[in-house]
Amino acid sequence: MNNPPELRYSPTHEWAKLDGDIVTVGITAFAVEQLTEPTFLELPAVGKALTAGKAFGIIESVKSTSDLNSPVNGTVIERNETLLEDKAKRRSADLSLVNDDPFGKGWMVKIKLAPGATLDHLLTAAQYDAQLASEGH
Amino acid sequence: MSNLRTPLYQWHVDHKARMVPFGGWDMPVQYAGITAEHKAVRSGAGLFDISHMARISIGGPDALAFLEGLFTNSVASMKNDQVRYGLLCNESGGILDDILVYRWPYGFSVVVNASNRLKILAWFEKHRVGKNIEIVDQTDHTAMIAIQGPKSVELVAGLFDDDVSKLKYYYAMPTLYCRQQCVVSRTGYTGEDGFEVIVSNEYALSVWDEFIKRGAVPCGLGARDTLRLEAAMPLYGHELNEEINPIQAGLGWAVKLDKGDFIGRAALAAADATKPVRVGLEIEGKRAAREGSALLDADNQPAGTITSGSFCPWLDKSIAMAYIRPELASVGTPLDVDVRGSTLNATVVPLPFYKRTK
Repeated sequence: MNNPPELRYSPTHEWAKLDGDIVTVGITAFAVEQLTEPTFLELPAVGKALTAGKAFGIIESVKSTSDLNSPVNGTVIERNETLLEDKAKRRSADLSLVNDDPFGKGWMVKIKLAPGATLDHLLTAAQYDAQLASEGH
Repeated sequence: MSNLRTPLYQWHVDHKARMVPFGGWDMPVQYAGITAEHKAVRSGAGLFDISHMARISIGGPDALAFLEGLFTNSVASMKNDQVRYGLLCNESGGILDDILVYRWPYGFSVVVNASNRLKILAWFEKHRVGKNIEIVDQTDHTAMIAIQGPKSVELVAGLFDDDVSKLKYYYAMPTLYCRQQCVVSRTGYTGEDGFEVIVSNEYALSVWDEFIKRGAVPCGLGARDTLRLEAAMPLYGHELNEEINPIQAGLGWAVKLDKGDFIGRAALAAADATKPVRVGLEIEGKRAAREGSALLDADNQPAGTITSGSFCPWLDKSIAMAYIRPELASVGTPLDVDVRGSTLNATVVPLPFYKRTK
Protein backbone atom coordinates (compact mmCIF):
# COMPACT_ATOMS: atom_id res chain seq x y z
CA MET A 1 0.00 0.00 0.00
CA ASN A 2 1.27 3.44 -0.89
CA ASN A 3 0.04 5.35 2.12
CA PRO A 4 1.91 8.69 2.14
CA PRO A 5 4.14 8.87 5.27
CA GLU A 6 3.34 12.56 5.91
CA LEU A 7 -0.36 11.84 6.52
CA ARG A 8 -2.14 10.44 9.59
CA TYR A 9 -4.86 7.82 9.39
CA SER A 10 -8.02 6.69 11.15
CA PRO A 11 -8.82 2.99 11.63
CA THR A 12 -11.91 3.60 9.44
CA HIS A 13 -9.71 4.52 6.45
CA GLU A 14 -9.83 8.32 6.42
CA TRP A 15 -6.58 10.29 6.08
CA ALA A 16 -5.75 13.66 7.65
CA LYS A 17 -3.12 16.20 6.64
CA LEU A 18 -2.17 18.97 9.05
CA ASP A 19 -1.20 22.43 7.78
CA GLY A 20 -1.07 25.01 10.60
CA ASP A 21 -4.39 24.45 12.37
CA ILE A 22 -6.18 23.31 9.20
CA VAL A 23 -6.70 19.61 8.58
CA THR A 24 -7.48 18.31 5.09
CA VAL A 25 -9.44 15.03 5.12
CA GLY A 26 -10.09 12.35 2.52
CA ILE A 27 -10.33 8.58 2.25
CA THR A 28 -7.44 6.23 1.60
CA ALA A 29 -6.65 4.35 -1.61
CA PHE A 30 -7.53 1.18 0.28
CA ALA A 31 -10.99 2.56 1.12
CA VAL A 32 -11.57 3.49 -2.52
CA GLU A 33 -10.48 0.03 -3.63
CA GLN A 34 -12.92 -1.56 -1.19
CA LEU A 35 -15.78 0.72 -2.25
CA THR A 36 -14.98 0.61 -5.96
CA GLU A 37 -16.30 3.42 -8.10
CA PRO A 38 -17.99 5.93 -5.81
CA THR A 39 -21.43 6.96 -7.12
CA PHE A 40 -22.58 9.43 -4.48
CA LEU A 41 -21.02 11.63 -1.83
CA GLU A 42 -22.66 13.69 0.89
CA LEU A 43 -20.53 16.23 2.77
CA PRO A 44 -21.43 18.56 5.65
CA ALA A 45 -22.03 22.28 5.14
CA VAL A 46 -19.25 24.77 5.82
CA GLY A 47 -19.47 25.82 9.48
CA LYS A 48 -20.57 22.40 10.73
CA ALA A 49 -18.84 21.24 13.93
CA LEU A 50 -17.37 17.73 13.69
CA THR A 51 -16.40 15.26 16.38
CA ALA A 52 -13.51 12.84 16.03
CA GLY A 53 -14.77 9.33 15.28
CA LYS A 54 -18.31 10.51 14.42
CA ALA A 55 -19.87 10.42 10.96
CA PHE A 56 -19.63 13.62 8.91
CA GLY A 57 -20.76 12.33 5.53
CA ILE A 58 -21.77 9.40 3.37
CA ILE A 59 -20.11 7.75 0.41
CA GLU A 60 -21.89 5.25 -1.80
CA SER A 61 -20.80 2.88 -4.52
CA VAL A 62 -22.85 0.54 -6.68
CA LYS A 63 -22.74 -2.08 -3.94
CA SER A 64 -22.49 -0.28 -0.62
CA THR A 65 -23.20 2.76 1.52
CA SER A 66 -20.57 3.82 4.07
CA ASP A 67 -20.23 6.55 6.68
CA LEU A 68 -17.31 8.96 6.51
CA ASN A 69 -15.91 9.55 10.00
CA SER A 70 -14.17 12.72 11.08
CA PRO A 71 -10.60 12.03 12.18
CA VAL A 72 -10.53 15.15 14.39
CA ASN A 73 -12.60 17.64 16.42
CA GLY A 74 -13.13 20.88 14.55
CA THR A 75 -15.24 22.93 12.15
CA VAL A 76 -15.68 22.53 8.40
CA ILE A 77 -14.19 25.54 6.62
CA GLU A 78 -14.17 24.25 3.04
CA ARG A 79 -15.56 21.38 0.96
CA ASN A 80 -14.22 19.97 -2.28
CA GLU A 81 -17.10 21.29 -4.37
CA THR A 82 -16.00 19.50 -7.56
CA LEU A 83 -16.99 16.24 -5.85
CA LEU A 84 -20.52 17.53 -5.34
CA GLU A 85 -23.35 18.28 -7.70
CA ASP A 86 -24.11 21.94 -8.22
CA LYS A 87 -27.73 22.17 -9.32
CA ALA A 88 -27.61 25.95 -9.80
CA LYS A 89 -24.64 25.71 -12.15
CA ARG A 90 -25.93 22.44 -13.65
CA ARG A 91 -22.60 20.83 -12.86
CA SER A 92 -22.67 17.14 -11.96
CA ALA A 93 -20.51 15.61 -9.27
CA ASP A 94 -17.08 14.39 -10.38
CA LEU A 95 -16.27 11.48 -8.10
CA SER A 96 -13.59 10.18 -10.46
CA LEU A 97 -11.17 12.41 -8.51
CA VAL A 98 -11.75 10.28 -5.40
CA ASN A 99 -11.22 7.18 -7.48
CA ASP A 100 -8.12 8.39 -9.34
CA ASP A 101 -6.34 10.56 -6.77
CA PRO A 102 -7.69 9.76 -3.28
CA PHE A 103 -4.72 11.36 -1.44
CA GLY A 104 -4.67 14.48 -3.63
CA LYS A 105 -7.42 15.96 -5.81
CA GLY A 106 -9.92 13.62 -4.16
CA TRP A 107 -9.76 15.42 -0.78
CA MET A 108 -13.18 15.98 0.79
CA VAL A 109 -13.20 18.62 3.53
CA LYS A 110 -10.90 21.07 5.28
CA ILE A 111 -11.41 21.30 9.01
CA LYS A 112 -10.21 24.01 11.39
CA LEU A 113 -9.02 22.16 14.48
CA ALA A 114 -10.97 22.83 17.68
CA PRO A 115 -8.93 24.57 20.41
CA GLY A 116 -6.55 22.03 21.93
CA ALA A 117 -7.38 19.33 19.34
CA THR A 118 -4.50 17.38 17.81
CA LEU A 119 -3.86 14.52 15.41
CA ASP A 120 -1.91 12.58 18.02
CA HIS A 121 -4.58 9.87 18.41
CA LEU A 122 -4.44 9.02 14.69
CA LEU A 123 -2.35 6.24 13.16
CA THR A 124 0.94 6.88 11.42
CA ALA A 125 1.36 5.51 7.91
CA ALA A 126 3.39 2.60 9.34
CA GLN A 127 0.66 1.82 11.89
CA TYR A 128 -2.05 2.04 9.23
CA ASP A 129 -0.04 -0.26 6.93
CA ALA A 130 0.19 -2.68 9.85
CA GLN A 131 -3.60 -2.51 10.40
CA LEU A 132 -4.26 -3.32 6.73
CA ALA A 133 -1.76 -6.18 6.90
CA SER A 134 -3.37 -7.60 10.04
CA GLU A 135 -6.77 -7.49 8.31
CA GLY A 136 -5.25 -9.64 5.61
CA HIS A 137 -5.00 -7.02 2.84
CA MET B 1 -17.64 -25.72 7.10
CA SER B 2 -15.62 -24.21 4.31
CA ASN B 3 -17.23 -22.93 1.14
CA LEU B 4 -17.36 -24.88 -2.10
CA ARG B 5 -15.15 -23.82 -5.00
CA THR B 6 -15.95 -23.96 -8.70
CA PRO B 7 -13.40 -25.39 -11.19
CA LEU B 8 -12.66 -21.75 -12.11
CA TYR B 9 -11.80 -20.65 -8.55
CA GLN B 10 -8.06 -20.45 -9.18
CA TRP B 11 -8.58 -18.48 -12.38
CA HIS B 12 -10.67 -15.93 -10.46
CA VAL B 13 -8.03 -15.58 -7.74
CA ASP B 14 -5.21 -15.33 -10.30
CA HIS B 15 -7.10 -12.57 -12.09
CA LYS B 16 -7.53 -10.45 -8.96
CA ALA B 17 -11.23 -11.10 -8.49
CA ARG B 18 -12.62 -10.09 -5.15
CA MET B 19 -14.05 -13.31 -3.75
CA VAL B 20 -17.11 -13.42 -1.51
CA PRO B 21 -19.14 -16.21 0.07
CA PHE B 22 -22.43 -16.71 -1.80
CA GLY B 23 -24.89 -19.56 -1.30
CA GLY B 24 -22.21 -21.79 0.22
CA TRP B 25 -19.63 -21.05 -2.50
CA ASP B 26 -16.63 -18.74 -2.83
CA MET B 27 -17.56 -16.64 -5.86
CA PRO B 28 -16.08 -13.60 -7.63
CA VAL B 29 -18.06 -10.44 -6.94
CA GLN B 30 -15.98 -8.35 -9.35
CA TYR B 31 -12.74 -8.18 -11.31
CA ALA B 32 -12.07 -4.74 -12.85
CA GLY B 33 -15.19 -3.10 -11.43
CA ILE B 34 -18.95 -3.54 -11.45
CA THR B 35 -19.66 -0.57 -13.73
CA ALA B 36 -17.21 -1.64 -16.44
CA GLU B 37 -18.44 -5.25 -16.27
CA HIS B 38 -22.09 -4.18 -16.40
CA LYS B 39 -21.45 -2.02 -19.46
CA ALA B 40 -19.49 -4.81 -21.17
CA VAL B 41 -22.59 -7.03 -21.01
CA ARG B 42 -24.89 -4.31 -22.36
CA SER B 43 -22.59 -3.34 -25.24
CA GLY B 44 -20.37 -6.38 -25.92
CA ALA B 45 -20.10 -9.71 -24.15
CA GLY B 46 -19.59 -10.62 -20.50
CA LEU B 47 -18.58 -13.98 -19.08
CA PHE B 48 -19.91 -15.33 -15.79
CA ASP B 49 -18.97 -18.37 -13.72
CA ILE B 50 -22.38 -19.58 -12.54
CA SER B 51 -21.24 -23.03 -11.49
CA HIS B 52 -22.72 -22.41 -8.04
CA MET B 53 -26.22 -22.83 -9.50
CA ALA B 54 -27.38 -26.38 -8.75
CA ARG B 55 -27.96 -28.73 -11.69
CA ILE B 56 -30.15 -31.74 -11.03
CA SER B 57 -31.27 -34.35 -13.55
CA ILE B 58 -34.59 -36.15 -13.20
CA GLY B 59 -35.28 -39.25 -15.27
CA GLY B 60 -37.46 -42.34 -15.27
CA PRO B 61 -41.02 -43.18 -16.33
CA ASP B 62 -42.65 -40.95 -13.69
CA ALA B 63 -40.39 -37.90 -14.16
CA LEU B 64 -43.00 -35.87 -16.05
CA ALA B 65 -45.76 -36.54 -13.50
CA PHE B 66 -43.34 -35.85 -10.64
CA LEU B 67 -42.30 -32.42 -11.99
CA GLU B 68 -45.83 -31.53 -13.07
CA GLY B 69 -46.94 -32.06 -9.46
CA LEU B 70 -44.37 -29.57 -8.12
CA PHE B 71 -43.69 -26.96 -10.84
CA THR B 72 -46.14 -24.03 -11.15
CA ASN B 73 -45.65 -23.76 -14.91
CA SER B 74 -46.69 -26.42 -17.40
CA VAL B 75 -44.23 -29.24 -18.06
CA ALA B 76 -46.39 -31.42 -20.32
CA SER B 77 -46.75 -28.64 -22.91
CA MET B 78 -42.97 -28.23 -23.22
CA LYS B 79 -41.30 -29.39 -26.40
CA ASN B 80 -38.12 -31.44 -26.37
CA ASP B 81 -35.07 -29.17 -25.82
CA GLN B 82 -37.26 -26.40 -24.44
CA VAL B 83 -36.38 -24.54 -21.24
CA ARG B 84 -39.09 -23.08 -19.00
CA TYR B 85 -39.05 -20.77 -15.98
CA GLY B 86 -41.37 -21.37 -13.05
CA LEU B 87 -41.64 -21.77 -9.32
CA LEU B 88 -41.69 -24.49 -6.73
CA CYS B 89 -44.21 -23.57 -4.03
CA ASN B 90 -45.18 -24.94 -0.64
CA GLU B 91 -48.79 -25.89 0.23
CA SER B 92 -49.58 -22.25 1.15
CA GLY B 93 -48.32 -21.00 -2.21
CA GLY B 94 -45.10 -19.54 -0.73
CA ILE B 95 -42.12 -19.72 -3.09
CA LEU B 96 -39.54 -22.41 -2.26
CA ASP B 97 -37.41 -21.52 -5.27
CA ASP B 98 -37.53 -20.17 -8.80
CA ILE B 99 -36.07 -22.68 -11.24
CA LEU B 100 -35.49 -23.55 -14.88
CA VAL B 101 -36.75 -26.88 -16.23
CA TYR B 102 -35.07 -28.35 -19.34
CA ARG B 103 -37.00 -31.02 -21.22
CA TRP B 104 -34.97 -33.67 -23.05
CA PRO B 105 -36.16 -36.61 -25.15
CA TYR B 106 -34.92 -38.88 -22.32
CA GLY B 107 -35.85 -36.87 -19.22
CA PHE B 108 -35.45 -33.51 -17.51
CA SER B 109 -32.86 -31.26 -15.92
CA VAL B 110 -33.57 -28.47 -13.49
CA VAL B 111 -31.37 -25.55 -12.46
CA VAL B 112 -32.05 -24.25 -8.95
CA ASN B 113 -30.50 -21.50 -6.85
CA ALA B 114 -27.27 -22.35 -4.99
CA SER B 115 -28.71 -21.25 -1.66
CA ASN B 116 -31.71 -23.57 -2.11
CA ARG B 117 -29.87 -26.64 -3.38
CA LEU B 118 -30.19 -28.79 -0.25
CA LYS B 119 -33.73 -27.62 0.49
CA ILE B 120 -34.93 -28.50 -3.02
CA LEU B 121 -33.12 -31.86 -3.04
CA ALA B 122 -34.88 -32.67 0.25
CA TRP B 123 -38.21 -31.46 -1.23
CA PHE B 124 -37.70 -33.74 -4.23
CA GLU B 125 -36.82 -36.71 -1.96
CA LYS B 126 -39.99 -36.13 0.06
CA HIS B 127 -42.23 -36.07 -3.03
CA ARG B 128 -40.63 -38.88 -5.02
CA VAL B 129 -42.01 -41.54 -2.70
CA GLY B 130 -43.83 -44.21 -4.71
CA LYS B 131 -42.63 -42.77 -8.03
CA ASN B 132 -40.35 -44.50 -10.48
CA ILE B 133 -37.78 -41.76 -11.00
CA GLU B 134 -34.09 -41.18 -10.68
CA ILE B 135 -32.76 -37.91 -9.29
CA VAL B 136 -29.06 -37.08 -9.70
CA ASP B 137 -27.36 -33.95 -8.43
CA GLN B 138 -24.89 -33.08 -11.22
CA THR B 139 -23.59 -29.89 -9.61
CA ASP B 140 -20.26 -31.13 -8.25
CA HIS B 141 -18.88 -32.62 -11.45
CA THR B 142 -20.11 -29.98 -13.89
CA ALA B 143 -19.51 -26.27 -14.36
CA MET B 144 -21.88 -23.65 -15.75
CA ILE B 145 -20.68 -20.63 -17.68
CA ALA B 146 -22.83 -17.80 -19.02
CA ILE B 147 -21.85 -15.66 -22.00
CA GLN B 148 -24.15 -12.64 -22.15
CA GLY B 149 -24.47 -9.58 -24.33
CA PRO B 150 -25.13 -8.52 -27.93
CA LYS B 151 -21.79 -9.95 -29.08
CA SER B 152 -22.31 -13.40 -27.53
CA VAL B 153 -23.64 -14.87 -30.80
CA GLU B 154 -20.37 -13.85 -32.46
CA LEU B 155 -18.35 -15.38 -29.63
CA VAL B 156 -19.97 -18.82 -29.70
CA ALA B 157 -19.39 -19.23 -33.45
CA GLY B 158 -17.53 -22.43 -34.24
CA LEU B 159 -16.94 -23.30 -30.60
CA PHE B 160 -19.28 -26.29 -30.50
CA ASP B 161 -20.01 -29.14 -32.92
CA ASP B 162 -23.49 -27.72 -33.53
CA ASP B 163 -24.42 -24.20 -34.52
CA VAL B 164 -25.79 -23.00 -31.18
CA SER B 165 -26.57 -19.55 -32.61
CA LYS B 166 -29.61 -21.21 -34.23
CA LEU B 167 -31.09 -21.90 -30.78
CA LYS B 168 -34.33 -20.06 -30.12
CA TYR B 169 -34.74 -18.11 -26.89
CA TYR B 170 -35.29 -20.54 -23.99
CA TYR B 171 -34.21 -23.60 -25.95
CA ALA B 172 -31.20 -25.82 -25.26
CA MET B 173 -29.20 -28.48 -27.09
CA PRO B 174 -26.77 -31.18 -26.12
CA THR B 175 -23.64 -30.72 -28.22
CA LEU B 176 -19.88 -31.33 -28.11
CA TYR B 177 -17.01 -29.11 -27.04
CA CYS B 178 -13.63 -30.67 -27.94
CA ARG B 179 -15.43 -34.01 -28.27
CA GLN B 180 -16.82 -33.61 -24.75
CA GLN B 181 -20.53 -33.64 -24.11
CA CYS B 182 -21.98 -30.35 -22.98
CA VAL B 183 -25.30 -28.51 -22.97
CA VAL B 184 -25.79 -25.04 -24.42
CA SER B 185 -28.98 -23.04 -23.81
CA ARG B 186 -30.16 -19.64 -25.01
CA THR B 187 -30.90 -18.37 -21.53
CA GLY B 188 -29.56 -15.85 -19.05
CA TYR B 189 -30.09 -13.54 -16.13
CA THR B 190 -28.97 -10.18 -17.50
CA GLY B 191 -31.68 -8.93 -19.82
CA GLU B 192 -29.40 -9.50 -22.83
CA ASP B 193 -29.20 -12.16 -25.49
CA GLY B 194 -26.78 -14.90 -24.55
CA PHE B 195 -26.00 -18.52 -23.80
CA GLU B 196 -25.39 -20.71 -20.80
CA VAL B 197 -23.02 -23.66 -21.12
CA ILE B 198 -22.97 -26.72 -18.86
CA VAL B 199 -19.73 -28.67 -19.24
CA SER B 200 -17.77 -31.22 -17.21
CA ASN B 201 -15.36 -29.79 -14.61
CA GLU B 202 -12.33 -30.91 -16.62
CA TYR B 203 -13.25 -28.71 -19.57
CA ALA B 204 -14.56 -25.65 -17.70
CA LEU B 205 -11.28 -23.73 -17.80
CA SER B 206 -10.81 -24.47 -21.50
CA VAL B 207 -14.28 -23.12 -22.39
CA TRP B 208 -13.72 -20.10 -20.14
CA ASP B 209 -10.29 -19.30 -21.64
CA GLU B 210 -11.65 -19.65 -25.15
CA PHE B 211 -14.33 -17.02 -24.47
CA ILE B 212 -11.76 -14.72 -22.85
CA LYS B 213 -9.49 -15.14 -25.89
CA ARG B 214 -12.41 -14.13 -28.09
CA GLY B 215 -12.84 -10.91 -26.14
CA ALA B 216 -15.44 -11.67 -23.47
CA VAL B 217 -15.08 -9.58 -20.31
CA PRO B 218 -15.07 -11.60 -17.06
CA CYS B 219 -17.93 -10.42 -14.83
CA GLY B 220 -18.69 -11.10 -11.18
CA LEU B 221 -21.83 -11.46 -9.12
CA GLY B 222 -21.88 -7.69 -8.55
CA ALA B 223 -22.58 -6.94 -12.21
CA ARG B 224 -24.90 -9.95 -12.40
CA ASP B 225 -26.94 -8.32 -9.64
CA THR B 226 -27.15 -4.84 -11.19
CA LEU B 227 -27.92 -6.37 -14.61
CA ARG B 228 -30.76 -8.53 -13.30
CA LEU B 229 -32.08 -5.58 -11.28
CA GLU B 230 -32.30 -3.40 -14.43
CA ALA B 231 -34.03 -6.30 -16.19
CA ALA B 232 -36.37 -6.59 -13.14
CA MET B 233 -35.62 -10.26 -12.65
CA PRO B 234 -36.39 -11.36 -9.10
CA LEU B 235 -33.63 -12.83 -6.91
CA TYR B 236 -34.42 -15.51 -4.37
CA GLY B 237 -33.92 -14.26 -0.81
CA HIS B 238 -34.73 -10.70 -1.93
CA GLU B 239 -37.87 -10.55 -4.08
CA LEU B 240 -38.79 -14.20 -3.45
CA ASN B 241 -39.13 -16.25 -0.28
CA GLU B 242 -41.49 -18.72 1.38
CA GLU B 243 -43.77 -15.93 2.67
CA ILE B 244 -44.30 -14.51 -0.82
CA ASN B 245 -46.49 -16.12 -3.50
CA PRO B 246 -45.89 -15.88 -7.27
CA ILE B 247 -48.95 -13.69 -7.84
CA GLN B 248 -47.62 -10.99 -5.50
CA ALA B 249 -44.23 -11.29 -7.15
CA GLY B 250 -45.71 -10.49 -10.56
CA LEU B 251 -44.97 -14.05 -11.74
CA GLY B 252 -48.58 -15.07 -12.33
CA TRP B 253 -47.62 -15.75 -15.97
CA ALA B 254 -45.52 -18.69 -14.72
CA VAL B 255 -48.42 -20.23 -12.78
CA LYS B 256 -50.80 -22.44 -14.77
CA LEU B 257 -53.78 -23.07 -12.53
CA ASP B 258 -55.59 -24.96 -15.29
CA LYS B 259 -52.85 -27.53 -15.96
CA GLY B 260 -53.94 -29.94 -13.21
CA ASP B 261 -53.00 -30.18 -9.56
CA PHE B 262 -49.60 -29.18 -8.18
CA ILE B 263 -48.40 -28.28 -4.70
CA GLY B 264 -49.60 -24.79 -3.84
CA ARG B 265 -52.27 -24.70 -6.54
CA ALA B 266 -55.28 -24.53 -4.17
CA ALA B 267 -53.69 -21.72 -2.16
CA LEU B 268 -52.77 -19.78 -5.31
CA ALA B 269 -56.24 -20.22 -6.81
CA ALA B 270 -57.68 -18.70 -3.63
CA ALA B 271 -55.00 -15.98 -3.27
CA ASP B 272 -56.54 -12.65 -2.37
CA ALA B 273 -55.37 -9.37 -3.82
CA THR B 274 -54.65 -7.64 -0.53
CA LYS B 275 -51.03 -8.75 -0.10
CA PRO B 276 -48.13 -6.43 -0.97
CA VAL B 277 -47.02 -6.60 -4.61
CA ARG B 278 -43.67 -6.23 -6.34
CA VAL B 279 -43.12 -2.90 -8.07
CA GLY B 280 -40.29 -0.92 -9.61
CA LEU B 281 -39.20 2.40 -8.16
CA GLU B 282 -37.09 5.20 -9.51
CA ILE B 283 -35.34 7.17 -6.79
CA GLU B 284 -34.63 10.87 -7.25
CA GLY B 285 -30.91 11.70 -7.20
CA LYS B 286 -27.94 9.40 -7.11
CA ARG B 287 -28.37 7.79 -3.71
CA ALA B 288 -29.22 4.11 -3.58
CA ALA B 289 -32.21 2.84 -1.62
CA ARG B 290 -30.90 -0.47 -0.29
CA GLU B 291 -32.73 -3.62 0.69
CA GLY B 292 -34.72 -3.17 3.90
CA SER B 293 -35.35 0.57 3.49
CA ALA B 294 -38.88 1.50 4.56
CA LEU B 295 -41.35 3.21 2.20
CA LEU B 296 -43.99 5.73 3.25
CA ASP B 297 -47.09 6.87 1.36
CA ALA B 298 -48.28 10.46 0.89
CA ASP B 299 -49.97 10.33 4.33
CA ASN B 300 -46.72 9.18 5.94
CA GLN B 301 -48.17 5.71 6.51
CA PRO B 302 -46.05 2.57 6.00
CA ALA B 303 -46.26 1.62 2.31
CA GLY B 304 -43.79 -1.27 2.10
CA THR B 305 -40.13 -2.21 1.95
CA ILE B 306 -37.31 -2.16 -0.64
CA THR B 307 -36.08 -5.66 -1.57
CA SER B 308 -33.24 -4.71 -3.98
CA GLY B 309 -31.86 -1.30 -4.79
CA SER B 310 -28.79 0.15 -6.40
CA PHE B 311 -27.45 2.97 -8.43
CA CYS B 312 -27.51 1.44 -11.89
CA PRO B 313 -24.56 2.16 -14.17
CA TRP B 314 -26.23 1.72 -17.55
CA LEU B 315 -29.41 3.68 -16.84
CA ASP B 316 -27.41 6.16 -14.74
CA LYS B 317 -30.27 6.13 -12.25
CA SER B 318 -31.00 4.94 -8.76
CA ILE B 319 -33.58 2.15 -9.07
CA ALA B 320 -35.15 -0.36 -6.73
CA MET B 321 -37.67 -3.14 -6.47
CA ALA B 322 -40.04 -3.16 -3.51
CA TYR B 323 -43.14 -4.80 -2.12
CA ILE B 324 -45.85 -2.23 -1.45
CA ARG B 325 -49.57 -2.16 -0.62
CA PRO B 326 -51.46 -3.01 -3.82
CA GLU B 327 -53.50 0.21 -3.84
CA LEU B 328 -50.21 2.15 -4.18
CA ALA B 329 -48.85 0.02 -7.01
CA SER B 330 -50.02 2.06 -9.99
CA VAL B 331 -47.34 3.73 -12.11
CA GLY B 332 -46.68 7.30 -11.06
CA THR B 333 -47.51 6.89 -7.36
CA PRO B 334 -45.09 9.06 -5.34
CA LEU B 335 -43.54 7.49 -2.23
CA ASP B 336 -40.91 8.46 0.32
CA VAL B 337 -37.96 6.19 1.09
CA ASP B 338 -36.29 6.38 4.46
CA VAL B 339 -32.56 5.94 3.83
CA ARG B 340 -30.56 6.02 7.04
CA GLY B 341 -32.68 8.79 8.48
CA SER B 342 -32.95 10.98 5.39
CA THR B 343 -35.91 10.92 3.07
CA LEU B 344 -35.64 10.39 -0.70
CA ASN B 345 -38.41 10.82 -3.26
CA ALA B 346 -39.40 7.71 -5.18
CA THR B 347 -41.93 7.08 -7.94
CA VAL B 348 -43.52 3.80 -9.00
CA VAL B 349 -42.36 3.04 -12.56
CA PRO B 350 -43.14 0.19 -14.98
CA LEU B 351 -40.98 -2.95 -14.91
CA PRO B 352 -38.55 -3.80 -16.39
CA PHE B 353 -36.32 -0.76 -16.02
CA TYR B 354 -34.31 -1.95 -19.00
CA LYS B 355 -35.42 -3.86 -22.09
CA ARG B 356 -33.00 -4.65 -24.86
CA THR B 357 -33.79 -3.57 -28.41
CA LYS B 358 -34.02 -6.63 -30.60
